[in-house]
Amino acid sequence: MWARLVAIILKELQQLRRDRLTFAMMFGVPIMQLLLFGYAIDTDPHNLPTAVVSADNTTITRTILSALQTTGYMHVTRHPASEAEASELLQTGEVQFVVTIPSDFTRRLVRGERAQILIDADATDPLAAANPLAAAKSAIEQALSRDLVGPLAPLASRPDAFDLVIQRRYNPEGKARLNIVPGLLAVILTMTMVMMTALAVTRERERGTMENLLAMPVRPIEVMVGKIVPYIAIGAVQVLVILVVSRFLFDVAVEGSLGLLGAGTALFITVNLAIGFTISTLTQNQLQAMQASFFMMLPSILLSGFMFPFRGMPVWAQWLGEGLPATHFMRIVRGVMLKGAGLGDISTELVALAAMLLIVSALAISRYRVTLD
Amino acid sequence: MALAIDVHDLVKRYGTRTVVDHVSLGIGAGRICGFLGPNGSGKTTTLRMICGLLTPDGGGGTCLGHDLVRERDAIKRQAGYMTQRFGLYEDLTIRENLEFVARVYGLDRMKGRVDQSLERLGLATRQHQLAGSLSGGWKQRLALAACVLHEPKLLLLDEPTAGVDPKARRAFWDEIHAYASEGITVLVSTHYMDEAERCHEIAYIAYGALMARGTAADIIRQSGLTAFIAQGPGADRLAPRLRDAPGVTAAAAFGTTLHVCSPDREALTRAIGPFRQDTALTWQEAEPTLEDVFIHLMGQARDNALES
Repeated sequence: MWARLVAIILKELQQLRRDRLTFAMMFGVPIMQLLLFGYAIDTDPHNLPTAVVSADNTTITRTILSALQTTGYMHVTRHPASEAEASELLQTGEVQFVVTIPSDFTRRLVRGERAQILIDADATDPLAAANPLAAAKSAIEQALSRDLVGPLAPLASRPDAFDLVIQRRYNPEGKARLNIVPGLLAVILTMTMVMMTALAVTRERERGTMENLLAMPVRPIEVMVGKIVPYIAIGAVQVLVILVVSRFLFDVAVEGSLGLLGAGTALFITVNLAIGFTISTLTQNQLQAMQASFFMMLPSILLSGFMFPFRGMPVWAQWLGEGLPATHFMRIVRGVMLKGAGLGDISTELVALAAMLLIVSALAISRYRVTLD
Repeated sequence: MALAIDVHDLVKRYGTRTVVDHVSLGIGAGRICGFLGPNGSGKTTTLRMICGLLTPDGGGGTCLGHDLVRERDAIKRQAGYMTQRFGLYEDLTIRENLEFVARVYGLDRMKGRVDQSLERLGLATRQHQLAGSLSGGWKQRLALAACVLHEPKLLLLDEPTAGVDPKARRAFWDEIHAYASEGITVLVSTHYMDEAERCHEIAYIAYGALMARGTAADIIRQSGLTAFIAQGPGADRLAPRLRDAPGVTAAAAFGTTLHVCSPDREALTRAIGPFRQDTALTWQEAEPTLEDVFIHLMGQARDNALES
């Protein structure tokens, strides 16, 4: 009995040794996950880009701004001239917060007239907005108690010396599903589209039908497009199903233009299919194609901003994330669905996707052979 | 007579290994040429170069008057290539497979052609069955039907009858002859000697080099081999003892008889001399078979390959 068992164990090890991709998967995936979960993922992101619209430049307002920054959550990156410009920055996602200090802030504070500070937050990802907003109030109070001395000292002890008005834009109730549902669109499409095309082409090779196909007068571009088109249709149906379910079960409606969302989605689907096709030209059989697709999927879930706030990741992980189509598509979907973003707001993301499509298609076509050489 | 295939000095290398080494081949239109040679001798590679699936590393020529490298598409449109492994889709029905092929070639009257093809195959009643459910022999006949759907002038068949039962093989060869009589040129690789004998002519390749060319009778005559057959009790048991005797190419048992051959008549008679003393055995000179010749050629090719 032992000899037979050993025979099978040995054979299994010998086969495993030749299957380098499986080997890479077994060690690569856990290492990748460890690194991502250990280093890259921070559910309490700091240094979030913040715009300040301040019409009142006094010692007190400066103290307040520096207090907000010392919380570690906000990092002032922009000083827009108007509130309209600030809103624009929030809309495109360039900043997470806009702090607005009205021109009469110091005057009203000194007079004891309940001065107001306004913080607008991009709350599409409630996780990223929650802690900074919670920290803001006490930070300002502490700073003021230090600054309000002498004749102003009595103000410091008044709880209503100032008013912090917080607006959670795009997702006022801070519902997680508002953020998750659009993100799921990106993840589901990545998962199915990449894998399905990768399998569709490797299946031909594995079953030996590729040789027969190549002996017939078909061009590589015809094979590539012909293989991709059916899956574009499947992807479209998937999107439709997800949108309808989101609308009626989760009450997540599309704020912006459906046409724009459709165009962005079509582009994203095409990029994914091209990636799948490229994987199929690099792998020998369906198992390898499956594993390679998995390698693509894992970072798309973890690094794209789907699972964890994008800005909570270290810079290197953000760069990796920028290289993933899902990251850009996630921004497009969240922008259009939740923020009602227009073409101008998401043009950067669309260009990024188009560039990826170009690069990946070029790679796919250069790898695909009309001959068996 | 116009040559359907006219290639010369074809070379294909994989890394440092030369798989096809300066093979030249001319086949007249309407001829059936059997392509023989041991496993790994370069038959499939040569076929693939002729039909445009592989780019030759050296040499060239024409196929149906089109340049092998530059006019690949024109060749693909006029030639039918049947792969060694079943190359159609097992998860499509018989009819769907034929329709797919018809569409790829952009054929007119698709329905009519497919119907006709199914009729000729005798698969009209099973046309909606999945191709994967067919037996080996039927799969091969379906693949052949798909190959000729676009009315090619040339058929390249790579071991089309491997693993197929004798009856199905015979049916398959009857079809090949029928196509040839319509003027289609056929280059077919095979390991079966009986199939080789059904070809108009034979090309024998070993270790990437073309070793013999001509009709079966030509090749046997030109081989210069001498063969003997021994009959009698225990004759077949002598095979292992004679096989390694100097000068003997092959010694094989066929049932209870022994078959030996050699290119060197004297060496052969010397080798069998001691056994001729045995009065129970009857020795008889015989015509060498095609198999003898091929085994002999294979040995020669190996010697050449080792020398170079």
